Amino acid sequence: MTTRAFQKIYTKIDNITKATVSLRASGVGNDELATVGGKLAQVVKVNGQSVTLQVFAGTEGIATDSEVVFHGEPPKLRVSDNLAGRFFNAYGEPLEGGAQLEGEAREIGGPTVNPFKRIQPSELIATGIAGIDLNNTIVSGQKIPFFADPDQPYNAVMANVALRAKADKIILGGMGMTNDDFLYFKHVFENAGALDRIVSFVNTTENPPVERLLVPDMALTAAEYFAVDKGEKVLVLLTDMTLYADALAIVSNRMDQIPSKDSMPGSLYSDLAKIYEKAVQLPNGGSITIIAVTTLSGGDITHAVPDNTGYITEGQLFLRNDSDTGKVIVDPFRSLSRLKQLVIGKKTREDHPQVMNAAVRLYADAANAKTKLENGFDLSDYDERALRFARDYSEKLLAIDVNIGITEMLDTAWKLFAKYFKRSEVTIKEELVRKYWPEAE
Amino acid sequence: MKTTGRVSGIISNIVIVKADGPVGQNEICHVSLGDVRMMAEVIKVVGEEAYVQVFDSTRGLKIGDRVEFDGHMLEATLAPGILSRNYDGLQNDLEKMDGLFIRRGSVTDPIDYEALWKFTPLARPGDKVTAGSWLGEVDENWVKHKIMVPFVMTGEYTVASVAEPGEYKVTDTMAVVTDAEGAEHKITMVQKWPVKQAVRAYLEKPRPSKVMETGLRAIDTFNPIADGGTGFIPGPFGAGKTVLQHAISKQADADIIVMVACGERANEVVEIFAEFPHLDDPRTGHKLMERTTIICNTSNMPVAAREASVYVGMTIGEYYRAMGLKVLILADSTSRWAQALREMSNRLEELPGQDAFPMDLSAIISNFYARAGAVVLPNGKTGSVTFIGTVSPAGGNLKEPVTESTKKAARCFYALSQSRADSKRYPAIDPLDSYSKYLEYPEIVEYLDGKIEKGWVEGVYKGKTIVQRGKEAYEQINILGDDGVPLEYHERFWKGELIDYVILQQDAFDAIDANCEIDRQKYMYKLVLEVCDRKFAFTDFEDCSQFFKSVINVFKQMNYAVYKSEEFYEYGRQAMQLVEEKTAK
Repeated sequence: MTTRAFQKIYTKIDNITKATVSLRASGVGNDELATVGGKLAQVVKVNGQSVTLQVFAGTEGIATDSEVVFHGEPPKLRVSDNLAGRFFNAYGEPLEGGAQLEGEAREIGGPTVNPFKRIQPSELIATGIAGIDLNNTIVSGQKIPFFADPDQPYNAVMANVALRAKADKIILGGMGMTNDDFLYFKHVFENAGALDRIVSFVNTTENPPVERLLVPDMALTAAEYFAVDKGEKVLVLLTDMTLYADALAIVSNRMDQIPSKDSMPGSLYSDLAKIYEKAVQLPNGGSITIIAVTTLSGGDITHAVPDNTGYITEGQLFLRNDSDTGKVIVDPFRSLSRLKQLVIGKKTREDHPQVMNAAVRLYADAANAKTKLENGFDLSDYDERALRFARDYSEKLLAIDVNIGITEMLDTAWKLFAKYFKRSEVTIKEELVRKYWPEAE
Repeated sequence: MKTTGRVSGIISNIVIVKADGPVGQNEICHVSLGDVRMMAEVIKVVGEEAYVQVFDSTRGLKIGDRVEFDGHMLEATLAPGILSRNYDGLQNDLEKMDGLFIRRGSVTDPIDYEALWKFTPLARPGDKVTAGSWLGEVDENWVKHKIMVPFVMTGEYTVASVAEPGEYKVTDTMAVVTDAEGAEHKITMVQKWPVKQAVRAYLEKPRPSKVMETGLRAIDTFNPIADGGTGFIPGPFGAGKTVLQHAISKQADADIIVMVACGERANEVVEIFAEFPHLDDPRTGHKLMERTTIICNTSNMPVAAREASVYVGMTIGEYYRAMGLKVLILADSTSRWAQALREMSNRLEELPGQDAFPMDLSAIISNFYARAGAVVLPNGKTGSVTFIGTVSPAGGNLKEPVTESTKKAARCFYALSQSRADSKRYPAIDPLDSYSKYLEYPEIVEYLDGKIEKGWVEGVYKGKTIVQRGKEAYEQINILGDDGVPLEYHERFWKGELIDYVILQQDAFDAIDANCEIDRQKYMYKLVLEVCDRKFAFTDFEDCSQFFKSVINVFKQMNYAVYKSEEFYEYGRQAMQLVEEKTAK
């Protein structure tokens, strides 16, 4: 917030809604920041002399004679190596005291990387979780959300993934996070001795919702600093993007925009894409990988937020409570990593693609057998074997508490095939079967 | 005197401009922000105020900033050197841009103005010519790129002179023609065309009468698309739209491919950038990139340019069609374009139609699809534009405006099904919901009779019936149980599965199975139909399912084997031996 000579102070606000104010002012730039009655605000619409501002903290207590000062610039973040190990609020101000940031002030929500200058992602991120590494391999430069119900342990899984991923920096963007979850992340990172690799921008449920809109851009501006300027591998965790979308809906509603599906603004797709598309593999070796959380209501993925997200991200990961084994598993049917093709069978063993598909296909046969059972029909011998396979597969590979290397995952899968099926039942290329089918069993 | 104006309002990327002179609908203008000039298009005029959509971020723009109107609509630059290029939605060459990030107002030349092209004249002085007539040709990669009378020139002209064979720049005068009044017009290799208008430099547009091969069995065998036809691929996310489109772009039997990545993921475009320069075009042996032009407005690039990107792609396609070439345009995804229209309509505070889309969405989509087609050129030769768009229906629900509007316009419908994708049956093209209207065209039936074999289309319908009956049997088995239905139902079900596994499913990531030539498709399809024709003697349903699983397994190995190799025939023999053993005597 630079103070300029001859700064003009306006003191006559014409309209006030719950999230916006408008007043008559001149020389104002689009997207520019302002302070309204001591609260931070941003220009969202200019029509002749009338300027509309979105007040991040809400307009409670703002009077028609409150002071309005324009900053003459859009929101910025001061970037430097000193970001590491620190916690900030949505405006990029240090939480829990500490020195103000120094370094170059960069506009947040900056320009797009020229697609031609991108590099094709090709580096596998190993998480030890077979439901991810074996079935839905994540690659650096990818963007992928967890689609989860609010009661599922997505934050815990995400923290695990982040710590195992061997990233140079982990940037946490928390939106509408409960204070408890925030402290959880902090403790996990602290216990792992990883605090010096973490940068956090957090808007908790105690903060006004509209402030959340700044969090992803802040987090990604910091990520771009480390990835572009420093050539580092950066992992960005964004939780929870559904709450971010809710904040978008609030603002668009206050601005009298016509809502489209599920009361979300018509621009939801572009708004989300601007964030997720910051995931990139750069020519200098740096990369930004985004792992996000989109909470669902009642598992409904046709809702506008998960639906638009699914079209933007490179796959999605579903968590599910498996009643047969009592464990939380990564659902092999609905989960998908679009970029896995770039690494599986190339950076991993040659049999990876076929083993992965065969196991999921057999798991699907088990699901059909289960339906048959539930409908009171007799099971064939094959059905029985498929069901027993599914139980083992779920426990030894899909469960999120598994932590093994990918080659071991493949060997485990072959062992399970051999235990329950004949060679001809797995429909895998014969030369691979010849090579990897465990002989002893 | 050009019209100028001043910014008088800003709502996101819509800017209201107070103009000092005449302004045309869809006219292009440039909004100045300091040294940066951002392109914009007029989308509404109210009195002296023009509403323009800016193809860039309007951050920092102020009331009173200067605007200059260009006096023309958005145009594509058409000249040799378009192939192998990677454009943004406004035909800026992405490769020529400096820096890692795309700066606002970046403008680069769509073609190389300094390059020399080897010219061979085709027309002679005295020839009568009209728009689209060929005056000469240059070698662009392996394509004979025709230098034509610009599409904007109406009426008949007489060729006064044509340049000698030799090397020329695109801006050199290649021919001089005179109009009816005797006025001379110089023609260079470059012409411009307003992208939102269809190029009509052809004699007629007959019904399509040939099939475009894609190497995908679920398309070529079951629902073929015509050369010059239209098709669309709707599907929920994760159903494999993009993988399918990429497969088509690699394998299709076309001279030129225009890929429009419209509001989709940047990494998908990067995949093309990374792979196409190395992949061989199976038809010519040249690299795939040599026949491909990419237009990309990824989802984080300016929304307003998304609409422009599909029109630029179509215009480039029409340009190459006028040279007598077979062009395939792929757009992924047209839903993003529709959403861009919705965002604009919303900001203009228009009364919304269904799902807040603009009322004229259906008309816009129909007009666009209508630009595809096989045409007869003024010189009697033919060219074609085949268009395949993907649609990303919200929530995977096909009863939404973009899918429904497209269904009215496109003739092939490749419905990707979530349940097929969930069970990893790829490509997830639903065999029963999908259709190709071209199978009903007598011209196409006749063409396939000659190209593949007599009665081919009948065989296709037969296969479809088997799949249909298999599905019905499956439902009965599900309701009544394995034991509750006659054994014959199991046989029916498995015959449907046989076609599904061996013909419809195809491994896009297997080097051999990914691309299945038409002759091989015929061989496999006939083999599978032969099995379906058999009556089998099974002891019980377990015997039945065990048998079909074994047969499917062998046929799948056959799909993975090199066509006509010893291994291929060996698997074929194995399969038929299994079949013989179980055939009812």
